[in-house]
Amino acid sequence: MQVTMIVNGERVTRDVEGRLLLVHFLRDHLALTGTHWGCDTSNCGACAVWLDGEPVKSCTVLAAMAAGHEVRTVEGLEQLGELDPIQRGFMHCHGLQCGFCTPGMLMTTRALLDSNPNPSEQEIREAISGQICRCTGYASIVRSVQWAAAEESGTRTSTVDPASVRSEPRSRERTADRP
Amino acid sequence: MQVPVPFDYERATSVEHAIGLLARLGPSARLVAGGHSLLPMMKLRLANFEYLIDINDLHNKLGYVKVEPTQIRIGAMTRHRELLESPELLRSFPIFHDAERVIADPLVRNRGTIGGSLCQADPSEDLCAVCTTLDASCVIRGLDGERVVRMADFYRGPYETAVGDAEMLTEVRFPLRPHGSSAYEKVGRRVGDWAVVSCGAAVWMDDGVITDARVGLAAVGPNTTGIPAISQALRGRPPSQDLYAEAGAIAADYCTPVTDQRGSAEYKRHLAAELTRRAMRRAVARVHGREL
Ligand SMILES: Cc1cc2nc3c(=O)[nH]c(=O)nc-3n(C[C@H](O)[C@H](O)[C@H](O)COP(=O)(O)OP(=O)(O)OC[C@H]3O[C@@H](n4cnc5c(N)ncnc54)[C@H](O)[C@@H]3O)c2cc1C
Ligand code: FES
Ligand code: FES
Repeated sequence: MQVTMIVNGERVTRDVEGRLLLVHFLRDHLALTGTHWGCDTSNCGACAVWLDGEPVKSCTVLAAMAAGHEVRTVEGLEQLGELDPIQRGFMHCHGLQCGFCTPGMLMTTRALLDSNPNPSEQEIREAISGQICRCTGYASIVRSVQWAAAEESGTRTSTVDPASVRSEPRSRERTADRP
Repeated sequence: MQVPVPFDYERATSVEHAIGLLARLGPSARLVAGGHSLLPMMKLRLANFEYLIDINDLHNKLGYVKVEPTQIRIGAMTRHRELLESPELLRSFPIFHDAERVIADPLVRNRGTIGGSLCQADPSEDLCAVCTTLDASCVIRGLDGERVVRMADFYRGPYETAVGDAEMLTEVRFPLRPHGSSAYEKVGRRVGDWAVVSCGAAVWMDDGVITDARVGLAAVGPNTTGIPAISQALRGRPPSQDLYAEAGAIAADYCTPVTDQRGSAEYKRHLAAELTRRAMRRAVARVHGREL
């Protein structure tokens, strides 16, 4: 069957099987491999993308079900060559180690900040509660989201920058040096 | 990589269209609503169908919470998130808010529907316990029109309901009665997991006395269970800690849990008693306008 949908603002049409999951459509048919696929039980959230503006588990949506709708993936966060503040927050506060959960985390927390620009720690933890991170213990993810919230509301000052408080100067330099 | 067996996919454009397709294609066809129970089962090949009929386009017709003088009507395609965020439900049936906060996670709640939850009929389904507690009725549409089935008659066994092959659940109705409130308690192994045991309670009071009380338990029997003996024991009596304990003891007696990876039957029986007590206590406090 033929499916057409908008992915990161672009209209795409492909021939697919009815049983194809959205996550595999994005990765295998569109080569958007930023969206990860981590389990067979709809539990890990590595596959989170937006469907019509709401984060969903793309391993539990058929590509056919997304036809006619709008999908946004982690590749769509960057605007005009500028990283989204949430991406910069994860960089500054070490919101990732292996990075496997990160695309999903970025998509749910971007959605959170859009609807709630100043979330409490509890609200951040609730927003990512459908996702599993095996590396960070979540603490640095929470800080990353708080960094982005502060950045966006213009209240981030050098003294509240968690990166400046919590990380070694060396690792900060390394982060800044990255392309 | 786990993927479902091949199937044909169709989109229903109306309730009549969906029912017509079900009638034509027979038992090898299934409706898919949120897909968050069906697709995981199909990926693991615990369920295999030749046709899936997607009813998500019906969300604009069947996604609603409508308040009327004597009842609240909820459309089958209303999603968990919409139930969680409904101010009307929070006011009339706070049990929904309690339960929805602990059903799965925000991503699942963006997709899963009340109709899918009730029709899935998993013994641990939280919304089934909520609907049993509130004495809801299910509106089932078929080729020959509509019928209304009380929750007490809706379940036929685990994963089995009164909805026939060529039928569809379109709406769930909740009677509104004055001077009442409700609450939900759940114990899970971790955030977002299915219940070890969960319990809903609703009470109605007049002049310091309980006029009616209902309890609905999930995960301790083949289906979510309402417990008429609790209602009988509580009617006409003033609320007290002892009375909640009595209700809890009846719940523990009445339920039929089995030992599995979530806990022993004995532990679940203990939880049935304890959660009944807590849910009753919280529901009664809410009748008096207090939050515990
Ligand atoms: C990771 C995870 C955790 C979860 N945790 C919980 C939890 O803690 N508690 C809980 O209660 N649930 C939990 N769920 C289940 C979740 O609530 C599902 O969304 C819900 O059970 C099914 O709703 P659905 O709309 O996705 O149904 P679907 O999966 O689309 O359908 C389920 C079944 O109902 C049928 N059906 C759907 N709609 C209709 C209709 N209108 N008429 C007739 N038949 C219909 C389908 O044919 C199918 O057989 C969890 C799910 C996941 C993936
Ligand atoms: S891949 Fe694990 S939830 Fe989607
Ligand atoms: S950074 Fe490794 S899983 Fe989250």
